[in-house]
Amino acid sequence: MSAEQEVLERIARARRRAPRLREERITMAHGAGGKATQTLVEALFLEAFRDPLLARLEDQAVLGLGAQRLAFTTDAFVVSPLFFPGGCIGDLAVNGTLNDLAVGGARPQFLSASFIVEEGFAVADLRRIAAAMAAAADAAGARIVTGDTKVVQRGKGDGCYVTTAGVGLVERDVTLGAATVRSGDAVLVSGPIGDHGITIMLARGDLDLAADDLLSDTACLWPLVDDLLEVAPGVRCLRDATRGGVATILNEIATAAQVGVVVEEGAVPVRDSVRGACELLGIDPLYVACEGRMVVVVDGADAEPALAALSRHALGRGAARIGTVGDEPPGLVLLRTQFGGTRIVDLLVGDPLPRIC
Amino acid sequence: MRFVDEFRDPAMARALAREIAARVVPGRRYAFMEVCGGHTHTIYKHGIEDYLPPAITLVHGPGCPVCVIPMGRVDDAMHIAAQPGVILTCFGDMLRVPGGHGSFLDAKAQGADIRMVYSPLDALKLARGHPDRRVVFMAIGFETTAPSTALTLLHARAEGVTNFSVFCNHVTILPAIKAILDSPDLRLDGFLGPGHVSTVIGCEPYRFITQRFGKPLVVAGFEPLDILHAVALLLRQLGEGRCEVENQYGRAVTWSGNGRAVEAITRVMELRPHFEWRGLGFIAHSALRLREEFAAFDAERLFEIPGVRVADPKACQCGEVLKGVLRPWECKVFGTACTPETPIGTCMVSSEGACAAYYNYGRFQRQRVMAAHSA
Amino acid sequence: MCLAIPGRVLALDPAGGEIARVDVVGVTRSVNLALVQAEGVAPGDWVLIHVGFAMAKIDEAEARATLEALRGMGQIWDDELDALRAGPGSG
Repeated sequence: MSAEQEVLERIARARRRAPRLREERITMAHGAGGKATQTLVEALFLEAFRDPLLARLEDQAVLGLGAQRLAFTTDAFVVSPLFFPGGCIGDLAVNGTLNDLAVGGARPQFLSASFIVEEGFAVADLRRIAAAMAAAADAAGARIVTGDTKVVQRGKGDGCYVTTAGVGLVERDVTLGAATVRSGDAVLVSGPIGDHGITIMLARGDLDLAADDLLSDTACLWPLVDDLLEVAPGVRCLRDATRGGVATILNEIATAAQVGVVVEEGAVPVRDSVRGACELLGIDPLYVACEGRMVVVVDGADAEPALAALSRHALGRGAARIGTVGDEPPGLVLLRTQFGGTRIVDLLVGDPLPRIC
Repeated sequence: MRFVDEFRDPAMARALAREIAARVVPGRRYAFMEVCGGHTHTIYKHGIEDYLPPAITLVHGPGCPVCVIPMGRVDDAMHIAAQPGVILTCFGDMLRVPGGHGSFLDAKAQGADIRMVYSPLDALKLARGHPDRRVVFMAIGFETTAPSTALTLLHARAEGVTNFSVFCNHVTILPAIKAILDSPDLRLDGFLGPGHVSTVIGCEPYRFITQRFGKPLVVAGFEPLDILHAVALLLRQLGEGRCEVENQYGRAVTWSGNGRAVEAITRVMELRPHFEWRGLGFIAHSALRLREEFAAFDAERLFEIPGVRVADPKACQCGEVLKGVLRPWECKVFGTACTPETPIGTCMVSSEGACAAYYNYGRFQRQRVMAAHSA
Repeated sequence: MCLAIPGRVLALDPAGGEIARVDVVGVTRSVNLALVQAEGVAPGDWVLIHVGFAMAKIDEAEARATLEALRGMGQIWDDELDALRAGPGSG
């Protein structure tokens, strides 16, 4: 084995070791959805809660209750700004949680909503958020049935934080999960990636970038999932591409199933304005958050019908097959660049900071 | 994207790869240094090494301005950020660079107001909008970026913005290249010149490399085809026994550079007698500071910075990597103690550092994977 | 500090100042033209943008020339390959 290969083996072994949390204080990196978040969750929360269902780290927990299978999930929303092109924190709060249920194959049923509101926050804005939540839940056929409200002193909260928990019913005899993914599977994405993350970045205003056509892609994906599962029984795994983007999900799948995922850069759908913003800032669209897109891993034989089912739905416009699962390299995601070269797509440590250099 | 997509054409890349392979003398090995961090990043991001024959090695040089900032200067910046009322602004790459007491990100966690900006003009805008705060911009970069800092300062002075200052860490590229060339343990056959620095300084300044050190230099653009083209041109020079400065990046670089940009730098800044470069030690006349007349905007004068020299951790071999003496995986702590999550040195933190680039993009058993996927 | 991207000038500052609105495939940003103004910049021109400043006007003729040179390099090799295939006594 060459010296380089020895080092690569050493690194692979080091990465397989259990994660340790070295920091004494939480930094913004811990919230970005990448490696630091993963380490925090595994080394602190999994350690503390020690639950086999939790340890699967899927987007939802599927619970057996008598003869029924219930999916249960929760999500907190801290987006800034609260209102942005395409929606507001309320839309994210409902759709985000419903999507976590949907990708478990569960029809959304009930939601809880808790609000942490900062002293001084405009009542009119709170009304707008609540109205958006009601509309989003209604559109998805879900009901908001319980909730809570707290107020914190001025300066102790960024306007309004919303946390939702959701319960759904897994009606089909289907078990979705990353561990079932295997060589030969196809990787699909339900539409152009990065719309939400770039919309938010631009809406913050401090980068002085404008893109008139860009909106957050926030949407409830259950109708799309429902159609998909109807025609493509070979779906192995569905994941909601949120914080950390498509790259993070593919890495999680590659690690969970110990497979290699190869992505064709040219096949990944990205809107022009998202691409432009990413080029300007030096960010890779694969790491940018979405809020209404999912990654679908499906048996290679079912790839065509699956893609067709996605594409003919309004929520799946622009869906594309972006890659294939193989045995090599296990646990890693590779990108075949449009240029024809190959490189790794690893988990980011923290936020995709705009690269200036 | 115009002027980008055409220079990423895979068909032309394959033709260039054949050209390059044809020009390699059998049995001979070539080492070309690409000085600029932006080149390192492009090479790994697009997988350009897949197009080069094994006889050619691209060596990553010290042209990563984040990588060469000594830990002591990071500490100085954190000291400034800790002063009452200060908003420290910087480019994104700086946030995770480890100083002697953690990084800017850690300082933020402890309450410092440190914000990322895209342009120094955005920092000036912040100062205008917060007259009660002192906004400091940490300026880093080579000659590409120095004119922007300089012009921003001229604006600040003209507008009478009194709460804005710059912590100047601009460095110049030529002394670094010379330090590499003076290094006894190096064997290089040519250079890919820093394309964007050259939009400012032109191509003329590189002549000392060809004339005194006998190594050809091709100023290269940043798209994949630019880099392959530059490698082909270097091989052609070597094959024809020439040793010249060539400009591959004609669409953006002129022989004489940008006079206004150089003028802006000289109006506002002057060369420091010497400056410490991480890994390369003290180099004379290699860095810029603000002139006396801009003292009111000079963070180094406004804030008493500790100015303590912090020795790099013993295990850190960033210096050798920056000089191209070591490949990233040859560093003893690469991938184990030093990873993107737990970086010991700046080569691993900056997205353009050779180690970060290799770890994040290039680290896989190429042969095994290629074999598996072509089967 | 090398990340610079080509962008198309959409509109100049109506007040005659240094700022222009520049487009990068659908995203727009204000860019300071101080370093390139002397060469004359008009809407439709392309500039190289770095940290909010235009560093150079992109020379379209030079871009074409570079692409031609690139095509030429590949072509020479293809010609040689063709000659090789055609066998001795030809070309």
